[in-house]
Amino acid sequence: MKIQLRFFASVREALGVSQEEVVVPEGIDTVGKVRAFLQQRGGVWAETLAEGRSLRMACDQQMCDADTAIRDGGEVAFFPPVTGG
Amino acid sequence: MAIRVQTEDFDLNAEIAALRAGSPQVGAVVSFVGTVRDMNEGASVAAMELEHYPGMTEKALQDIVERAKQRWPIADALVIHRVGPLSPRDQIVLVAVTSAHRGEAFDACEFIIDYLKTEAPFWKKEQTPQGARWVDARVTDDAALRKWHIDVALGGGEK
Repeated sequence: MKIQLRFFASVREALGVSQEEVVVPEGIDTVGKVRAFLQQRGGVWAETLAEGRSLRMACDQQMCDADTAIRDGGEVAFFPPVTGG
Repeated sequence: MAIRVQTEDFDLNAEIAALRAGSPQVGAVVSFVGTVRDMNEGASVAAMELEHYPGMTEKALQDIVERAKQRWPIADALVIHRVGPLSPRDQIVLVAVTSAHRGEAFDACEFIIDYLKTEAPFWKKEQTPQGARWVDARVTDDAALRKWHIDVALGGGEK
């Protein structure tokens, strides 16, 4: 499955990337599994996306949780809690 | 109802006039304007930069206003949120609501800004004498949202 990854704010800065297209292996079918898959890259990826870090997730531009299913061609985003207003 | 995400400033009077135009049933207009403080968390703030998630931001704001409309019989609502570089005293956000009577306009306006603060994808980065820093989400903002007894699970994830 091919998906678009988006990163924002402190997460974007820590990873040094704002956008990336990635092909995830079979079995990676939820946002939480994408997060775990990316953690396996190690280094800042493991650190920034670690469980327990205050991280929000979106799937196809909707706030979501770890169990949300991803789709081929979809967009998955990781970012810190929002601070607008 | 209108949603705008823009770098330019806005004029409250002009926006309210446009919102009320052609709506003689409106008897109440409530607006909230958020501005940039020169102090935050004990440090002076010289400037800030607002980042957002283009596309998702607009959808999230639209969804928030839609929820307010389902909950209160309001006539119309407007949300303008600025992004990009901002300085102390600059206006950041405008929420304006019109309705027949004041009660629902007050409630809907407060609901929209409370919801926006925890659910719309914007992030503030401040320039302070100690360097640049991302603003941390405030626990009080989550508490403000809870008073509306809405399903915060929409936000999902860990908080």
